[in-house]
Amino acid sequence: MCAKPIKDDTKTKVGTTGHSWDGIEELNNPLPRWWLWTFYLCILFAIGYTIAYPAWPLISGATPGVLGASTRADVEKDIQRFDEMNAPIKSKLAAADLTAIEGDEALRAYALEAGKSLFATNCAQCHGSGAAGVQGLGYPNLLDNDWLYGGAIDAIHATVTHGVRNTVDPDARNVGIYMPAWSDKAVGALADMATAKLTGEQIGEVVHYVLKISGQAADEAKATAGAAIYTDNCVACHGEDGTGNRDLGAPNLTDAIWLFGGDETTLTATLMDGRGGVMPSWGYATEGSPARLSEADIRAVAVYVHSLGGGE
Amino acid sequence: MWDYAKLIVLAAVALLAAIAANYAHDLPYMVNAVEVAIAAAITFIYVLRHVGEETPKTPNEYQDGVIRAGVIATAFWGVVGFLVGVVIAFQLAFPSLNLGNVTEGILNFGRLRPLHTSAVIFAFGGNALIMSAFYVVQRTSAARLWGGGLGWFVFWGWQLMIVLAASSYILGGTQGKEYAETVWYIDLWITVVWVAFLAVFVGTLVKRREPHIYVANWFYLSMILTVAMLHLVNNAALPVSILGSLSVPVYSGVQDAMVQWWYGHNAVGFFLTAGFLGMMYYFVPKQVERPVYSYKLSIIHFWALIFLYIWAGPHHLHYTALPDWASTLGMVFSVMLWMPSWGGMINGLMTLSGAWDKLRTDPVVRMMVIAIGFYGMSTFEGPVMSIKAVNSLSHYTDWTIGHVHSGALGWNGMITFSVLYFLTPRLWNREGLYSLKLVSWHFWLATIGIVLYASSMWVTGIMEGLMWREVDANGFLVNAFADTVAAKFPMYVVRGLGGAMFLIGALIMVYNLWMTVKAQPAKASAYAAVPAE
Repeated sequence: MCAKPIKDDTKTKVGTTGHSWDGIEELNNPLPRWWLWTFYLCILFAIGYTIAYPAWPLISGATPGVLGASTRADVEKDIQRFDEMNAPIKSKLAAADLTAIEGDEALRAYALEAGKSLFATNCAQCHGSGAAGVQGLGYPNLLDNDWLYGGAIDAIHATVTHGVRNTVDPDARNVGIYMPAWSDKAVGALADMATAKLTGEQIGEVVHYVLKISGQAADEAKATAGAAIYTDNCVACHGEDGTGNRDLGAPNLTDAIWLFGGDETTLTATLMDGRGGVMPSWGYATEGSPARLSEADIRAVAVYVHSLGGGE
Repeated sequence: MWDYAKLIVLAAVALLAAIAANYAHDLPYMVNAVEVAIAAAITFIYVLRHVGEETPKTPNEYQDGVIRAGVIATAFWGVVGFLVGVVIAFQLAFPSLNLGNVTEGILNFGRLRPLHTSAVIFAFGGNALIMSAFYVVQRTSAARLWGGGLGWFVFWGWQLMIVLAASSYILGGTQGKEYAETVWYIDLWITVVWVAFLAVFVGTLVKRREPHIYVANWFYLSMILTVAMLHLVNNAALPVSILGSLSVPVYSGVQDAMVQWWYGHNAVGFFLTAGFLGMMYYFVPKQVERPVYSYKLSIIHFWALIFLYIWAGPHHLHYTALPDWASTLGMVFSVMLWMPSWGGMINGLMTLSGAWDKLRTDPVVRMMVIAIGFYGMSTFEGPVMSIKAVNSLSHYTDWTIGHVHSGALGWNGMITFSVLYFLTPRLWNREGLYSLKLVSWHFWLATIGIVLYASSMWVTGIMEGLMWREVDANGFLVNAFADTVAAKFPMYVVRGLGGAMFLIGALIMVYNLWMTVKAQPAKASAYAAVPAE
C-alpha cells in the first residue's frame, strides 16, 4: 500500500480486523495505556467532584455535596464582607455636611474611589468613561467648568439625586422647561412651548446673532436683525448678554462650549426643533421600589464629579 | 405519473408562496415567500422540460454528480462565510464599518453575525458533511446512493435553506437563539431536508454490500440522528401567525436557556465533532494509504464520546440562574469528555505511523495532521474552560471566541480543505491537483491566520476577564465596561488580519481546485467508479 517499505510494520505485529472498506483496513492495536488511565482518572475526578459539590438531581432538590458549596452563598458572602467593611464610612458619608466631605481626608479618599467605580458603572454610558460627555447627542462634558445647573458640590448632588426632566421624580430639574421648537413648521411636544413662532428667515438671523456673540464668524446684517428677535424671545432664559441661567438650565451662548454643537447647521436645528435632554433620577424611591443609588453612593458620585476639574 | 404529481405540488407551492408574500406581516417573511415562489417556479420549469425522459439506469455506478455539486457549494459557501467573518471582525475593531446610516442597519454586526455563523457552520460545514457523507457511505458500503434523486433533493433543499436563512437574517428575521436563529418555517424546511438526508444515508447503509458498517459511518449516522433530535427539541415554538416570521418558544426562562445550550453544545459536539470525525476516519487513511490505528479505540471512543457529549451543555451556563447541581454535572461530564475526544485524535495521528515522511512530501497530509492537531488542542481547551474556576474568568470573554475558532478554523476548516483537495481530482477524474505549491501556500496562510486569531483572542479574553473582575480594596469595580472595550482594539485588528489570511488561503484553494478541473489532463485510468463486489 505504501510506496516505501515500513520498518517494524505494526500491521504484521498486531494484525488487522480482517475487513477492508474501499481499501481501508483497521489494525488491532490495543487501547493506549496512558489514554485509558487518564480516562479512568477523569471519571474518578468526576465522581469525587460530584460527591463534594451539589450534583445529582433528586425528586425535590439535588444532592448538596459534602462541602456545602453554593455559588450564590459565595457571592452573598463576598458582598456582605465589603458591605460590613464599608458600613461605618458609608453612614459617616451620608450624614456629613456636603461641603465638609472634601476636607475630611478619609471621607474624601473613600468617596473618590467609590464615586469613580459608581460613575463607571452607572454614568459612563452617557457621559463617557472619561466623563467627557458626547457632544452632538447632548450629554454634557463634566470635565470643564461650564455647568448647566451649577458646579458646586451641593448643585451636583441635587442634579444626581433628582435628575433632569425625567417623568419619575417630581423634584427633577427643569420638569416642563425645554428649549422650545421655534420654527413655525415645528410639530410635536416641544412645538407648543414657544411663546412665538419664527420663520425660517428669522431663525437664520438669530443663529447668526448667536454665532456673533459666541465669537464666531457671522453675517453682520443678519446678526443685527437677529439681535432684536433674540431680545424679544430668548432673554427670558438665556439672559440679555446670552450667558445663560443656571436656575433654568439655560446654557451660556457666549463661550466655545456647546451641548449639541455651535456650528450654523446644529444651531439652526436646535432652534427649529427644540431641545430637552433627560437625566434619570438616582435618588428617587417609592414603596417597594428603592432608589437606584443610596445617599452615600450619590454623595460619592457627586464628590467624584466635583473633583474632575470643573468643580466650583 | 410521478412527474405530473411533482408538477402539481410545485405549482401549488409557487402559487401559495406568492399569495403568502402578498399577505405577509413582515419583510423577512415576504422576501422568503418570494424566494420560495421563485425556487418552486424554477423547479417546475425544470421538471416540465424533462417530463417523460428516461433516466439512465446506472445502478452499478456511484452517484457522484450530487457530490460534485456539494464540493462546489462547500467551497463557495466557505468563501462567503469567511468573508462575512472578516467583515464583522473589522466591524468590531472599527464600528463605523457597520455603515448604520447608509444601510439602515442591514449590515450591522448584529445582523451579519448570525449570517457568518450560519454560513460557516451550516452552509460550509453542512455542505461538507452532506457531500462527504454521500461519498463515504457509497464507497464504504460498495453501493449506489439510495433513493434515486433524493440526494439531489437534499442538496438543493439545503441550498434553499441557506438562501432563506441568509436573507431572513439581514432583514431582521430571527428567533434569537444562537446557532438556531432560523425562524419557524425555515426550521420546518430544515426538518424535511434533514429527514431526507437520513433516509438517503440509512437507505444506502441498508443495501450495502459490505458485511460491516465502517466506523466513519457510525459517526455520520450519530451526527444525523442527534442533530435531528436537537433541532426538533430546541426549535419547538408556536408561530404567532401563519403569515409572519415571529414565533413564541414553548420554553421560558432558565429552562429555555438550558434547552438552547443543550442544543448549542451538541451542535458543536455532533455537527462539528462527530460528523467531521466521520470525514477523518475515511479520508485520512485514504490519503496516507495506511490502516486505521486501532479498531478497539474507535469503538470505545465513539460510544464514550456520544454518551458523554450530550450531558456537557450546562457548562455554557456556569454562574447564571442555572442551579449549581446542573452546573456541576455539565462540568464533570465535560472533563470526562477529554479522553474520548482525544481518542479520535490518537486514531487519526497514529494512522500515519509508518508514513510520517508524507508530511514532507504531501501538503494535503500536512493539512490533515494540523487539523487533527487543532482538534486535539481545542478538545483539551474545552474541558479546561468548562471547569468552574476557569470559566468564571473566561465566560463572556473573547477567550470563548478564540476557542471556538481554533476548533472551527483549525479542525473543521482544515479537514474540509483537505477533503476538497482529495475529492476534486477524483470526482472530475483528473491527474492530481493543479498545484501542490498552492496547497502549501494555503496551508501556511491558514495556519498563521489561525495562530494570529487564537493567540490574539487568548490575550484579549484573559485581559478583559481580569479587567471585569478587578475590584479595589473597598470592593468597588475598577474598570468601566467601555474601558475593557477600548483596551481590546489592537487585538481586534490582529484577529481581523488573521481572518483575512485564512480567507486569502481559501481563495487560493478555490483557484487551485478550479484549475484542477479546467487545466489538468484527464486521468488515464479512471478512478474506480463501480462499486466493488
